[in-house]
Amino acid sequence: MRFLEYLNRGKVYLDGGMGTLLQGRGLKSGEQPELWNISHPTEIREIHKAYYDAGSNVVCTNTFGANLLKFTEDKLVEIIAAAVENAAAARAESTAPQEKFIALDIGPTGKLLKPLGDLDFEEAVKVFAKTVEIGAALGVDLIMIETMNDSYETKAALLAAKENSTLPVIVSNAYGENGKLMTGADPAAMVAMLEGMGADALGANCSLGPEQLTGVAEELLANASVPVLLKPNAGLPKEVDGKTLFDVTPAEFAECLARLIEKGLRIAGGCCGTTPEYISALYKRTADITPPPCPKKNFTVVSSYTHAVSFGKTPLLIGERINPTGKKRFKQALAEKDMDYILSEGINQQEKGVHILDVNVGLPEINETEMLCAAVCELQAVSDLPLQIDSADPVAMEAAMRRYNGKAMINSVNGKAESMAAVFPLVKKYGGLVTALTLDENGIPATAEGRLEIAKRILQTAEEYGIDKKDIVFDTLAMTVSADNKAATVTLDALKRIREELGCHTVLGVSNVSFGLPNRDAINSIFFTLAMENGLSAAIMNPYSADMEKAYYCFKALKGLDENCGDYINAAAGFATVTTAATSVPKAEDCDGTELQRAVVKGLKDKAAELTKEMLKTTPPLDVVNNDIIPALNKVGSGFEQKTVYLPQLLMSAEAAKAAFEVIKATVTTEGKSASGGTFIIATVRGDIHDIGKNIVKLLLENYGFDVVDMGKDVPPEAIAKKAVELHAPIVGLSALMTTTVPAMEETVALLKEQAPWCKTIVGGAVLTEDYAKKIGADKYAKDAMEAVRYAEKLLKN
Amino acid sequence: MSAVTLTNLKPAEGYCEKEVLRYAGCKEPTEEICELIKVCYEELEDRLTYRLCYRKLSLEISDDHCDFGCFSVRSRDLAKNLKGCKSVIVFAATVGVATDRIIARYNRVSPARALIMQALGAERVEALCDEFCKTLAAEYNTRPRFSPGYGDLPLAVQKELFAALECYRHIGISLNESLLMAPSKSVTAFVGIY
Repeated sequence: MRFLEYLNRGKVYLDGGMGTLLQGRGLKSGEQPELWNISHPTEIREIHKAYYDAGSNVVCTNTFGANLLKFTEDKLVEIIAAAVENAAAARAESTAPQEKFIALDIGPTGKLLKPLGDLDFEEAVKVFAKTVEIGAALGVDLIMIETMNDSYETKAALLAAKENSTLPVIVSNAYGENGKLMTGADPAAMVAMLEGMGADALGANCSLGPEQLTGVAEELLANASVPVLLKPNAGLPKEVDGKTLFDVTPAEFAECLARLIEKGLRIAGGCCGTTPEYISALYKRTADITPPPCPKKNFTVVSSYTHAVSFGKTPLLIGERINPTGKKRFKQALAEKDMDYILSEGINQQEKGVHILDVNVGLPEINETEMLCAAVCELQAVSDLPLQIDSADPVAMEAAMRRYNGKAMINSVNGKAESMAAVFPLVKKYGGLVTALTLDENGIPATAEGRLEIAKRILQTAEEYGIDKKDIVFDTLAMTVSADNKAATVTLDALKRIREELGCHTVLGVSNVSFGLPNRDAINSIFFTLAMENGLSAAIMNPYSADMEKAYYCFKALKGLDENCGDYINAAAGFATVTTAATSVPKAEDCDGTELQRAVVKGLKDKAAELTKEMLKTTPPLDVVNNDIIPALNKVGSGFEQKTVYLPQLLMSAEAAKAAFEVIKATVTTEGKSASGGTFIIATVRGDIHDIGKNIVKLLLENYGFDVVDMGKDVPPEAIAKKAVELHAPIVGLSALMTTTVPAMEETVALLKEQAPWCKTIVGGAVLTEDYAKKIGADKYAKDAMEAVRYAEKLLKN
Repeated sequence: MSAVTLTNLKPAEGYCEKEVLRYAGCKEPTEEICELIKVCYEELEDRLTYRLCYRKLSLEISDDHCDFGCFSVRSRDLAKNLKGCKSVIVFAATVGVATDRIIARYNRVSPARALIMQALGAERVEALCDEFCKTLAAEYNTRPRFSPGYGDLPLAVQKELFAALECYRHIGISLNESLLMAPSKSVTAFVGIY
């Protein structure tokens, strides 16, 4: 019988611990257990057989760490072949009557993925792919991915399993005492991602005993539609006379799992510290229990690497600001690849309370695939909100979906055959919640009836691809009311009917409705309210709009969706219209000068921006820069050089100055950037991932008007040299924090001398000294950010 | 030699302002800086996940060669620190990945906050180490802790330390190719017992 067929009939028993038993048979600490498949086949077979004899349906091969990061490919083939053979021999020898299967066991690589660690996502996929490829060819019955404590690595492993075999895959994560994975995901987030990608079962193993994992198991059961598995440790390890013992007995272990099987747990086994005795106790205690059926949940959810967001009664907010349409400043940022600007839009919207961020970086002149991928990855390094990947290009869409850590929202598919054929296979493969626009080859129907018909057709086609109704939200398209005075009512009618007749969730980009009208926020916010009343599940909107904010929180409070009106009260504090007579910046004994100067010196970001806005009404921008901002910066800068001002204060002032510059930039929107002396390339060298120092230098250089091209951290010498040649950059700044990465700095300096001989190199970082800098051939050593600024000024402004 | 043990130790809540300022490179703080530290800590507090694992190892020293049974290292400074000890506790401690995420976030939008978060993370993980060393000192006669990278103790010893403690499996710290730890606010150290 096939594994899935057996699983669908009822319960499955897994095996128990392997490592602890091997240690008992003489495996030394530090010795790789996978090598025992070859050197000690008898011992391995004995353990596998004991589990089959105890009642296990599934035995996992001894291949937990069998991957390309630990072994050469030849060795890997040898190990996995021996491991599968050992399991097969045990299966043949065991006379126990139950159905018996062999799972190819896959554990974590032991390395953290980027951006937290240094293993690239695609690299991880390749590592797992090799193990899958070898194992699948040897005739195992299923793949078991287990003990994963990072959602991103779990995704890499599952993707590799799906791309390189047709075997059933069950996925198990290691949850900590806080009920989350080490990198932050909770059970609901894991269910969203794993079910989206087509895991055949999912669950938890290792780290804790059955009692402590009960909460996690219950949460999984409450969210999952596929069978749930639990493979806990035999409690917590204790040391007695130099030996590790576990504190849960086989009977207690079986009792605890029995309670969970009664609640719907379908797959059970043991992890560290458990032995065939535990499995035998489990089997005997639970053989007669029939778990209740696992109902399909039909939850409409998206997730990030920490949490899931579900569509339900309370409408959700999707921030629309990461989108160049109609935004000059954003287009400029995209053209300049100014990722910091894009990221700050994400962070600011999150602070405004949105639940999901829309990400659209499509501009004709840029490489959208590259940019969308970069934006999604970088946003996921700074924000834990789920993202809506928004692109008209299926290639860009796929690249971003593949890299996304979680279950993304996808914007969008529509009723055109071509659109569905391009988007649905991606949703099926990577998982996702897809926004479907109610338009087709004939355009947007003028009636609600017409839009409903398209929605039905989309659902039908989705079903053919194996995509559930719950994974589609409909956008009934808000049209400009100034062009057609029935536009809004048709949209709202269609919305209501889709919500009520099809039972699907809905989404609208509300701002379109007011196009061409004055005071757009007024119309938008009332339309938003009407839409929510007609069953809108989520709005793509501008979270900076006070009118929209008011509409949202008032609606929630009035509809009984806001306990004690708590959210309303919190938000209402910010409703007050812009303060005109704000408190002035107090004089300080160490700083006279104008108010803006004092705001910069004291590092008051918001105040500096506000004052600049005020001053620009009467003063030319260049005067504000030269008479206020620069003198204030100089004051702090020279204080820093004289050691009367310290680094945190220097940075706070620099940020205040940057906020003031941002106001000037937005007001002036001149062509090109500043009247600066040229381009300054800056990077942290290969192998080094410390970038705080580099970012400080960058911030100050920007303050002083330099165009800074920031290449990031861990940058190879070739890339830096190439960029210097491409931009004919007069100066390159390199940072290294560790002695181990100074050679990479030396290599970079040498390559620059060879390929860009005109270019000056300036180096800095904790381990460098004047002498060291000279030794590696750099033109200048800067002990801090101010010194780098002074040198650049001397060099470029003459 | 014994197995790896996990603890549930946590340092006292709050932070030592003087230490945070030291890590941030600030001798005389302004009011605004102290306020910024306070605000940053409030944001960081719930994201700290303190984890620590340790293991007792045997010790034999000859000249600058320190042998711990499952691995050994040459270091004059460590040998001096451990002189007269019969065994050693090796440990690894971390405040978790969420701190790195918050540092990464502010690195992009506010270097001042990034600097303070960095300093707070360093202060917190050291506070965890202090707490652990205090519990050790209550049970044994201990030497001050000594970490890879101090004096002439090579960073390369991290590889052996990580294998001996199985850091990734136990508390989620991994080592990259430059021998840096991720999460970055992590510490490993030797504590001599005499």
